[in-house]
Amino acid sequence: MKQGLFRIIENKHLPDTVMQMRLEGDTSAITAPGQFVNILLEGKFLRRPISVCDCEGDVLTLLYKIVGGGTEQMCGMQVGETLDILTGLGNGYDLSMAGDRPLFIGGGVGVPPMYMPAKKLIAEGKDVTVILGFNTAKEVFYKDEFEALGAKVYVTTVDGSEGIKGFVTDAMMEIDYTYFYTCGPEPMLKAVWRASATQGQFSFEERMGCGFGACMGCSCKTLTGYKRICKEGPVMKKEEILWQN
Amino acid sequence: MAELKVTLCGIAMDNPIIPASGCFGYGYEFAELYDINCLGSFSFKGTTKDPRFGNPTPRIAECTAGMINAVGLQNPGVEKVISEELPKLKKCFHKPVMANVSGFSVEDYAYTCEKLDKEEQVGWLEVNVSCPNVHGGGMSFGTSPEAAAEVTRAVKAVTKKPIIIKLSPNVTDIVSIAKACEEAGADGISLINTLLGMRIDLRRKAPVIANKMGGFSGSAIFPVAVRMVYQVAHAVKIPVVGMGGVTTAEDVLELMMAGATAVEVGAANLVNPYASRDIVADLPRAMEKYGIQNLSDIIGIA
Repeated sequence: MKQGLFRIIENKHLPDTVMQMRLEGDTSAITAPGQFVNILLEGKFLRRPISVCDCEGDVLTLLYKIVGGGTEQMCGMQVGETLDILTGLGNGYDLSMAGDRPLFIGGGVGVPPMYMPAKKLIAEGKDVTVILGFNTAKEVFYKDEFEALGAKVYVTTVDGSEGIKGFVTDAMMEIDYTYFYTCGPEPMLKAVWRASATQGQFSFEERMGCGFGACMGCSCKTLTGYKRICKEGPVMKKEEILWQN
Repeated sequence: MAELKVTLCGIAMDNPIIPASGCFGYGYEFAELYDINCLGSFSFKGTTKDPRFGNPTPRIAECTAGMINAVGLQNPGVEKVISEELPKLKKCFHKPVMANVSGFSVEDYAYTCEKLDKEEQVGWLEVNVSCPNVHGGGMSFGTSPEAAAEVTRAVKAVTKKPIIIKLSPNVTDIVSIAKACEEAGADGISLINTLLGMRIDLRRKAPVIANKMGGFSGSAIFPVAVRMVYQVAHAVKIPVVGMGGVTTAEDVLELMMAGATAVEVGAANLVNPYASRDIVADLPRAMEKYGIQNLSDIIGIA
């Protein structure tokens, strides 16, 4: 973990209420895809945890959905402004288990953390497939970006207005994969856990205090003991997850 | 040359700064970030007789100038704290540490304190009779003078190290509780624990926190801390450890002027992991600004 000041070099609207922010700073603490950062915002007490979408050289890309006061404030920030950010938080995805045909499954705001690991595995020559799940066509984002990486992309929408009608699990049935990585709302994760044909890794969300393991605010029970989502997580392996409800 | 040394219950400290229990884990997470030996001491995560997972999540809620937590004393239990956490801590912290203890019965408190009292690394025992996040224990011992005194007597009977009783602000008469602890043999008083608070999620039309209510901390509660430290320090002869929303070196001076011998830093560590280190480093500047040569000179001066 590192604390650093990052300068905003882009803050633009994607479809619906999703924003893309790119920042410049010391990214050396980011050691694995699937980690997150924790952002201090003026006038807010707790930092805002946001998953890393991409990190290339000293440029950090974050995608965030405007859901409350904190993200509204981020939306209003201008290029050139700086943010105090803790980087390199959480364990991230372990890509060594991907096999030749890894599958990435992102739902809604769970889409961004799929980008960096997919990009890395494509660079390693893997045959990467991505499923992006949304409620409706106007929410769809990052389809082109994943395609530009060279991934085979499936979009699912609940109302059928784009791609496959239904849930990400409906697309999973058609795909032959060696391993999977997923992030999204908990009901989706649970459905993926049930529908999956292989082992895989899941990224979880929880309200956090510190984001670096000090406060025990985001603990969860797993089959391998108690874990802090922010420290031993947010990524858990399929075989260790203990669903609470 | 600014003199930061203070003495708390007979134990000399390089400076009065103590990261508060629950905001600093068992220390070694922070030791990865900086040399925690710059601190006066620290109070480790509240420890109970048996292991505890704590409350369901969400356990955290944002507030203006603060936060609510309802962690519920998650800890591995006293046996594991002694066999696993303290040996890890020994490698990175070489000063007496404050052992924070909680319980669900008088016997629990005595059992856990007796075990930790025998540990060489432990300097003081901070007995938390003020946790707002557990049922049938914690705060219920700290809201009546009789119950707080009973815990104090039971713990004193089985320990040799200084016993500091950590009090809750969620009471009508803090002075009577502090005095009851002093009469029961407490060596010090620490306060304030968190204020009982609550937030409601407007979208879900339901409490943010699974446990509904939790402990409110952060800079917003600082004036309450100053007031209660002042009231207690003027009513008892034993030393007072002040805490509650401390964020800056100036806050430390203020709590000491109100009567605190040492000062704990809580929620600030969760926002800025370097907060306690930064406060220690900034104290000489703040002292010079207010013409203070020796920190112990200002204890209770206001």
